Amino acid sequence: MELAIHTEVSDKARVDGASSSAPHKVTAQAVDVYYGDKQALKNINLDIPSNMVTALIGPSGCGKSTFLRCLNRMNDVVDGCRVAGQIKLDGEDIYARGVDVVHLRARVGMVFQKPNPFPKSIYDNIAYGPKIHGLARTRAGMDEIVMTSLERAGLLDEVRDRMDAPGTGLSGGQQQRLCIARAIAVQPEVILMDEPCSALDPIATAKIEELIDELKQNYTIVMVTHSMQQAARVSQKTAFFHLGDLVEHGDTTEIFTNPKDERTQAYVTGRIG
Amino acid sequence: MENDHIVSSFDDDLSRLDSIIAEMGGLAERQLADAVDALTRRDVALAEQVIEADERIDQLEEEIDNFTIQVLALRQPMADDLRAVVVALKIASNLERIGDYAKNVAKRTLTLSHMEPVGNATSTIQRMARQVQSMIKNVLDSYGGHDLAKADDVRMRDEEVDLMHTSLFRELLTYMLEDPRNITACTHLLFVAKNVERVGDHVTSIAENVHFLISGEMPTDERPKSDLSSQTVLEEG
Repeated sequence: MELAIHTEVSDKARVDGASSSAPHKVTAQAVDVYYGDKQALKNINLDIPSNMVTALIGPSGCGKSTFLRCLNRMNDVVDGCRVAGQIKLDGEDIYARGVDVVHLRARVGMVFQKPNPFPKSIYDNIAYGPKIHGLARTRAGMDEIVMTSLERAGLLDEVRDRMDAPGTGLSGGQQQRLCIARAIAVQPEVILMDEPCSALDPIATAKIEELIDELKQNYTIVMVTHSMQQAARVSQKTAFFHLGDLVEHGDTTEIFTNPKDERTQAYVTGRIG
Repeated sequence: MENDHIVSSFDDDLSRLDSIIAEMGGLAERQLADAVDALTRRDVALAEQVIEADERIDQLEEEIDNFTIQVLALRQPMADDLRAVVVALKIASNLERIGDYAKNVAKRTLTLSHMEPVGNATSTIQRMARQVQSMIKNVLDSYGGHDLAKADDVRMRDEEVDLMHTSLFRELLTYMLEDPRNITACTHLLFVAKNVERVGDHVTSIAENVHFLISGEMPTDERPKSDLSSQTVLEEG
């Protein structure tokens, strides 16, 4: 019964998607974040559309990573961090009482700045999450998940014949794609990326960017980046944060060619750091 | 934007673009003035000078072409910086064309100087050219001073040039009907008039680009147009 209702909802979403306004996967309303007494984010209102890449940009300390971490409650583990306001995933408040945070983080996966594979084999790196969440009943089912995840992350061809080798033995770019494959393996709906290319060389960066572009067909992606060119290349929507405020957000082309706010203008043209 | 870039050499690049455009614009304005002056005074030496001086405008355009490509590749400008670079490239192309039209006027002046003057046509051309020159001056000021109102004003003034061109077209047709011996000179003058009218069009295009540079949007409203020369017919008798 519940499944049937779900189908109906996603059909409706598809119809909405075909019209001019894309459905919003995540909505943030009046979000304030405090670290102790210090307010890190002030009244953030931002809708994140489905199946698009939204880039969060802004100078260091502007709150963009804090905002990203709110989206799968990673801030819960930070001492003294308090989140007010509402963040909804598919219309449901993720901070509501009774929300299973582990389940939430499976739906909203995360890829970090530095690749952080587990000190395990390539296979086990991917299989770890699905095992915890009970996504595969048989060995064959698990093999399928691992292969599909590596394939989607564009890594399968490079590691097919060394699945038992340690994940930490891969190159930096491969490790990051392994982490993306690991995030994909638990069948998330949203993938958060916190400067996913800042530790990578230009070629590995280009491969990740290409991958992000492909992944947006199946996932909603929110990415923090310090590279304005990267935001311009891979995102469809851009949000500019400054000193805890969401200054401006909109279509990426608009933000980078004709921003409305002077602070955005100053930042994207390299006048404030 | 009042603030300087964090990388100050980027500011140097942008001001270099501005100064090349300013030099090109000054030259183009002067070339047109000299060409029309040579025409009205039948001054062959001045016409030859105009023909020679066009090369400098061409060189400056090439300089802008190369430099903008370099800035795009190395600085990867965004927002108003990006507009500044792209607009400089387009304006340089307009100014180069203006230089070519002035040169063509000078070439025809050399030919016309061997012929009998025809009626009052050159003084009408001179009036039209003065209007276009003041448009060039104002559009360059609007570019240098980021003055949106001034750019929009220039854009609207091309209509007057079009009106003068249409009346000049009729005037020259009349001279040709009066005496077929006028036909050669009048045909050259028709081209001269058309050249000046085309300069006006390029100035209008520059004004639109200045509008885009300052506001981030191309002007969308219709501009009044009054060049009816393409439909002009003279009834005989």
